[in-house]
Amino acid sequence: MFPIEKYYFAATIEDAIAALEADEKARVIAGGTDVLVRLHGGNPDYGCLVDINGLDELRQISMDGEGNIFIGTLATCSEIIEHPLVQEHLPMVVQSLETIGGPQVRNTATMGGNICNGAVSADSACAALVYEMDLLIRNSKRERIQSINGFHTGPGRTVLGRGDLFTAFCIRPQKYRNMGASYYKYAMRGAMDIATIGCGAGVRMADGAVTELKLAFTVAAPTPIRCPHAEEAVLGKPVNAETLQQVADALLEDVRPRDSWRAGKEFRLHIIKTLAQKVIGQAAENLGGTL
Amino acid sequence: MTVGKSPIRKDVRAKVTGKTRYTDDFTMPGMLEAKYVRSSIAHGRVTSIDTSAALAIPGVEAVFTFADVPKTLFPTAGHPYSLDPDHQDVADRLLLTDHVRYHGDEVAIVVARDQLTAHKAAELVLVEYDELPVCVTSAAAMADEAPPIHPGGNTIKSTSFAVGGDPKEAEQAADVVCEGVFTTPVILHCHLENHTAYAYMDDQNHLVIVSSTQIPHICRRIVGQALDMNWSTIRVIKPYIGGGFGNKQDVVLEPMVAFLTRKLGGVPVKLELEREECLVSTRTRHAQTITARAGAQNDGLLTLLDVNVLSNTGAYASHGHSIPMAAGSKFCHLYPRAVTQFSATSHYANIPAAGAMRAYGSPQLFFAVEGVVEEAARKIGMDSVEFRLKNSARPGDITSKTGEMLHSVGMIECLEKGRDAIEWQKKKKRYADQEGTILRGLGVASFSYGSGTYPACVEIAGCRLVLNQDGTVHMQVGATEIGQGSDTVLAQMAAETLGIDYDAVHVVSEQDTDVTPFDTGAYASRQTYVAAPAVHDAAEQLKGKILDHASLMTGVDRQQLDLSAGRVVRGDQPDQVVLPLEELALDSYYHKDRGGQLTAEVSVKTRTNAPSYGCTFVEVEVDIALCQVKIIEIINLHDAGTIIHPLSAEGQVHGGMAMGIGMALFEELLIDDETGWIYNGNLLDYKIPTCMDIPELDCAFIQTHDPTSPYGNKSLGEPPIISQGPAIRNAIWDATGVKIQTMPMTPKVLFSHFREAGLI
Repeated sequence: MFPIEKYYFAATIEDAIAALEADEKARVIAGGTDVLVRLHGGNPDYGCLVDINGLDELRQISMDGEGNIFIGTLATCSEIIEHPLVQEHLPMVVQSLETIGGPQVRNTATMGGNICNGAVSADSACAALVYEMDLLIRNSKRERIQSINGFHTGPGRTVLGRGDLFTAFCIRPQKYRNMGASYYKYAMRGAMDIATIGCGAGVRMADGAVTELKLAFTVAAPTPIRCPHAEEAVLGKPVNAETLQQVADALLEDVRPRDSWRAGKEFRLHIIKTLAQKVIGQAAENLGGTL
Repeated sequence: MTVGKSPIRKDVRAKVTGKTRYTDDFTMPGMLEAKYVRSSIAHGRVTSIDTSAALAIPGVEAVFTFADVPKTLFPTAGHPYSLDPDHQDVADRLLLTDHVRYHGDEVAIVVARDQLTAHKAAELVLVEYDELPVCVTSAAAMADEAPPIHPGGNTIKSTSFAVGGDPKEAEQAADVVCEGVFTTPVILHCHLENHTAYAYMDDQNHLVIVSSTQIPHICRRIVGQALDMNWSTIRVIKPYIGGGFGNKQDVVLEPMVAFLTRKLGGVPVKLELEREECLVSTRTRHAQTITARAGAQNDGLLTLLDVNVLSNTGAYASHGHSIPMAAGSKFCHLYPRAVTQFSATSHYANIPAAGAMRAYGSPQLFFAVEGVVEEAARKIGMDSVEFRLKNSARPGDITSKTGEMLHSVGMIECLEKGRDAIEWQKKKKRYADQEGTILRGLGVASFSYGSGTYPACVEIAGCRLVLNQDGTVHMQVGATEIGQGSDTVLAQMAAETLGIDYDAVHVVSEQDTDVTPFDTGAYASRQTYVAAPAVHDAAEQLKGKILDHASLMTGVDRQQLDLSAGRVVRGDQPDQVVLPLEELALDSYYHKDRGGQLTAEVSVKTRTNAPSYGCTFVEVEVDIALCQVKIIEIINLHDAGTIIHPLSAEGQVHGGMAMGIGMALFEELLIDDETGWIYNGNLLDYKIPTCMDIPELDCAFIQTHDPTSPYGNKSLGEPPIISQGPAIRNAIWDATGVKIQTMPMTPKVLFSHFREAGLI
């Protein structure tokens, strides 16, 4: 039994937006794998629900003529994982979503919800940051494009405002082509867990040297982050043990891990440095390079 | 012959098709739901409590507080009643309390028309406290200045014993003496079905309780004690149950639902704990600090084991001091030629109450014992398996504190078989000179256990058999089926002794204390061992009555008749059917001049306790940089006597191994040392391993025949969980050179150890 105060099943996108605008307490429920857990815990912020499960247009996964890939926010993790477009072009999205919960959770949880939830540990956040996804957001006045960079504003907080409905991810071809990518979720068990640290990397190389690195972490700062200092440190260098050590050193400028009962700061820092080296190496290998 | 085969479990078709009914599947018209109001602090006195807002909610029937409950302290441990006042369980509970002793203690209870209303109302009960200092750890609780958690102080009991000789002499005889301090965490049972119970008054003025319990007959007695009622006026019914692991070998909800229905005029009242409540507000496994010493001679002879256990039993005694003492008496069976000294202290603290949990203190104890035994072997430069082979129990050893020598002992064969199965020598050589940061290692650890509680407690079991009109047999036992498969193996035994098909035996699975024969329940891995003689004797009796009636019907001399595959045959010509059992049954019921309903009923007290044995062999791979342990191979070897149902036995071992791995590498309830606040009382943050974390599990049985059981069987319920922790610990040591003395060996623990060792 859940303490639900108000429940509205939206018939159209416009209908959903109107309902979200009408009540400042209104919250979207998609897969429900976060919302229902909070309701079970008695969280009063989730008592008024706008259910968007009737909005089939938000489930679509497609590619347009220019190579932009769109993933609707209502597509479940399992649908995304199994989709040929995603498998072919966005392997790190598949890799990340496969680490969420267990099969039952992935069958109902959505990637849109995983990002909107604002969790510092969101498994899809590293993929969103490495592929520099654009988020399509609608409200009653307009549709806007919001970069994933800057979308998360703090633990559990995003730029979404009253009446905003996040409808789709857009991934541009220049963000996913010719890039080797990899993700590693470091957690205390092999499934049904939140990341202690998550690390994703995208690498582009020319003539044996790194031309671009995108390095992202979850649970390494108050929001999912990119690592500009570390990314800078590898440019023009080959991916070898020495370079990876330089990345690990430069990372300290980028991350701010917490000290908590779940894991100590020193431990998290050690894992962050270890993962950066492992994941960048793997991303380079996926590109066809060698260590 | 059905014993030793694996017929389809009695309950399995119903279970996999969702037809079995559990406590929560039953409902009654007008049933009310109750919800506890729990303390938000770990230690303090309630100074005021305001229930008016809760009572104002529509649908709330009543709110009771600590002021409304009987002032009778009662014990909760699921032990048989003891005639010896000094051996009775500690009576330290009230139904509700104004002296809260852990974060989540019960100060009031709301009764409402549905769960959600009860939940909402419970949140509106306003409680104010006068906070008291909090003791979480053993050190804090045992400190001189520690506040008394119960009126008698924080120490519950201290005891000690020595067997096999003089410990001082044994120490002097040793060339090396190793010592280690080992710590183990608070562990949660995490059974699938949360605690749930309901009660109502029937029209006979009897109180009826339906509960998910391992101990219906004990529950009846404790509710009687708590509410000061005649025990016979309480009727406890146990339907199918979704696991307990010892957490339902305690009386948790039953006295409260009984109290509530009496207060509310006999209407049915139900209490169903939520998962989070069930995790921290039922019982836990004791956290222990164990100082262990082992003395050995250079030739490999173990001369001394000296173990001291400090056992943190939390806010209430529950099973209390029985936990370290039971483990202490069972571990003496393993190395019986060494002198053993054992001492233990149990104490209160401001953490959830610890009670019975699968293997009852032995996993903690053997973590220390097999850790320090490993150290002794390494110190004298002897192979870990060789050292254990030299010192382990063999047939003819005195393997118990009571001096018995008659039992079967298959420990040596377990070690030998495990050593071969994991290719110990070959891998030892291969891993001797490893380099890099990903390292492999091998570990072994042994255990010994008992097959019941005798002579500490009475062991009583009952069986009733009835020949039905159609020639099948109904069996009622006091043995409590809790998913472990007791109905199945007891039916196999009955079929075997009667000489009828397994399928012709129907077990009445539901326990009902008004109807079923007396048995104290499912715990201590006793059920198969202590029920076997009752089943055997009842089957012999019924068989005798059947053959007597066959003789009456046929005129053939009784001595020439036998029962085989459900037919009366001539003993010397088993293929020649004298009489089908169906025909005999109809005759016994309906012949106007002879026969009657053929039944047998037996109650037996078992006055032996067969030791069971086994060990775990494990190969691990340790990733130093990632601070992770991966189990490459793990094998459990068991001497559980004769295996009655091999497939169920294997399942029992697999489940135990998975729980043992959980304790070794994943699980711990985290409690703030200062405030007693529980951090991870939910299944996301309390990390039981998932199927992704459990490797392929191997097991094998060394079949012995224990002469004290009519079917040769010994315990197997709890033993499979005991030896994974020390085996994995020893394997990590083997791989990395780093010795860990604490469970669970999580990445965080490995990180600090590896850093200290300069590995990272």
